[in-house]
Amino acid sequence: MHPLILVGIFIVSSVLGYVLIKNVPSLLHTPLMSGMNALSGVTVLGAMIAVATAAFTGSKLLAVIAIALAMLNVAGGFLVTHRMLRMFGHKKEEKEA
Amino acid sequence: MIDSVYYILCIVLAGLVLLGISMMSKVKTALWGNLLSCACMAAAIVLTVVRYDFAGKWLWLLVGLVPAAVAGAILAKRVKMIEMPQTVAMLNGFGGAASALVAAVTLTDGRAIGAFEAVTAGIALVIGMVTLLGSILAAGKLAKWFNQRPVILKGHKALVLASALLAVLCILPLVTCQGDNARLILFTFLCAALAGAFGWLFVLRVGGADMPITISLLNSLSGVAGGIAGMAIGEPLLVAVGGIVGASGLILTEVMCRAMNRKLSAILTGATTVSAAPKAADPAPAEAVEEEAPAEEAAPVVDKAAEEQKVFDALKAAKNVIIVPGYGMALSQAQYAVRELKDALEANGAQVRFAIHPVAGRMPGHMNVLLCEVDIPYEDLYQMEDINDDFRAADVTLVIGANDVMNPAANTAEGTPIYGMPVLNVGDCKNVIICNFDLNPGYAGVPNPLYERTEGVALLIGDAKESLTRLKGML
Repeated sequence: MHPLILVGIFIVSSVLGYVLIKNVPSLLHTPLMSGMNALSGVTVLGAMIAVATAAFTGSKLLAVIAIALAMLNVAGGFLVTHRMLRMFGHKKEEKEA
Repeated sequence: MIDSVYYILCIVLAGLVLLGISMMSKVKTALWGNLLSCACMAAAIVLTVVRYDFAGKWLWLLVGLVPAAVAGAILAKRVKMIEMPQTVAMLNGFGGAASALVAAVTLTDGRAIGAFEAVTAGIALVIGMVTLLGSILAAGKLAKWFNQRPVILKGHKALVLASALLAVLCILPLVTCQGDNARLILFTFLCAALAGAFGWLFVLRVGGADMPITISLLNSLSGVAGGIAGMAIGEPLLVAVGGIVGASGLILTEVMCRAMNRKLSAILTGATTVSAAPKAADPAPAEAVEEEAPAEEAAPVVDKAAEEQKVFDALKAAKNVIIVPGYGMALSQAQYAVRELKDALEANGAQVRFAIHPVAGRMPGHMNVLLCEVDIPYEDLYQMEDINDDFRAADVTLVIGANDVMNPAANTAEGTPIYGMPVLNVGDCKNVIICNFDLNPGYAGVPNPLYERTEGVALLIGDAKESLTRLKGML
């Protein structure tokens, strides 16, 4: 893919992300940060591609470590966030019930 | 898969991630937002598996993916809510490390790559390493493996600048040495080491009130690292999600900065962390407080005790109580005792509200998470700006393990790390009960004049849980 397109994608998505998160209630800062943290493990895609394209065993090994680290980030991040958000949620249901 | 189909799917997924994040920024839809983001990630992984050729490499792929996913799930289930800040910081470091590794593999796999790929891989390597080492130190400081106070080395500023500059300079030979793999590996290592050193040095001098912002910033950085690593390997989905996370992480950081009345640039350059002057003056008063406090309390015993009794009586009769929680509540796991005391006060006919400072605890929203854990409805949790004028009218304010966030010195003590930070006006309240572990200054290291106030202040020194049980016993 052309470098300029990649840079363009980066800029557009940055701007969208920036516009999106405004005036978040501080109640949600922790879960939001934690969810964003999980999303930043998206680099797992990069690590997988690195495994697919790697020529040397050493590179493959490094890429597998990268997959594992990113996956830890993704799985841990989403589940921790889910746990936190459920705590916010179930009170409401109780109240309504 | 045909390219055009793949790109369309990428755009759809990126859009759904954006939707997920926007849903997460509202209380009602947050849970679904997180699930949506999670589903997008799973779909992206599947998409990558379909698009790239993993023939003969399935074992490698599974060895990387499966155990880590299981470990992450176990970790997420086991971790205690009070350990949340360091957990998030640590996980974030892993993400940064992964991006750095992807960059390193791209650089050193023996294929000659173009200047654009080499430069972006270099940048991803630098940012990833900064994120990794910075997050490890931040998590370590929060978990108390390391000294929590800001540490300033000799010539710290010069070291920080030098490591950053050299790390960036190392990107240059990564471009010019294409084809010479031995040199590429050498410079990749050098670049990674220098960037790591910068990350470590950068967080080393951060302490006190700036830690939540630092974590949020590192969080944003790991997104940027992922996005730029995506440029290096030409993967549009990675670029898009990395950009989204980086930018929204940055704005979250900004929201926090605004809440603390800080400039991000000032934090980046270390201008608002403890400078040499207050640090030098710090140990003396801190020790003095520690040693003299018991003696002082012993001397005017009658007066003090009577005054404190008045405050406790006020609590019994109170109709309007504000509770100010802080990190001490998290530390002693006192949230259950807080809940019991709240119930007792309400049975007594009092209205109980919670005043949450934006940076109470070690992470923004830290207190909300803990209080929600014990089923305190979030309607009872008030943000600082919504409740700050009510302290004057409240009958009693109960401070539980908070210090910096209600330290009136923030308005007066120029040159200290908390100067200029908006604080909760606890000092305006007629009756204040402070349940803190000791009288030492808080994380930011600034002594709190409220401790010296004799009128209408009762100090319950010791573990917050025990203090709260004592209070409940009085009702």
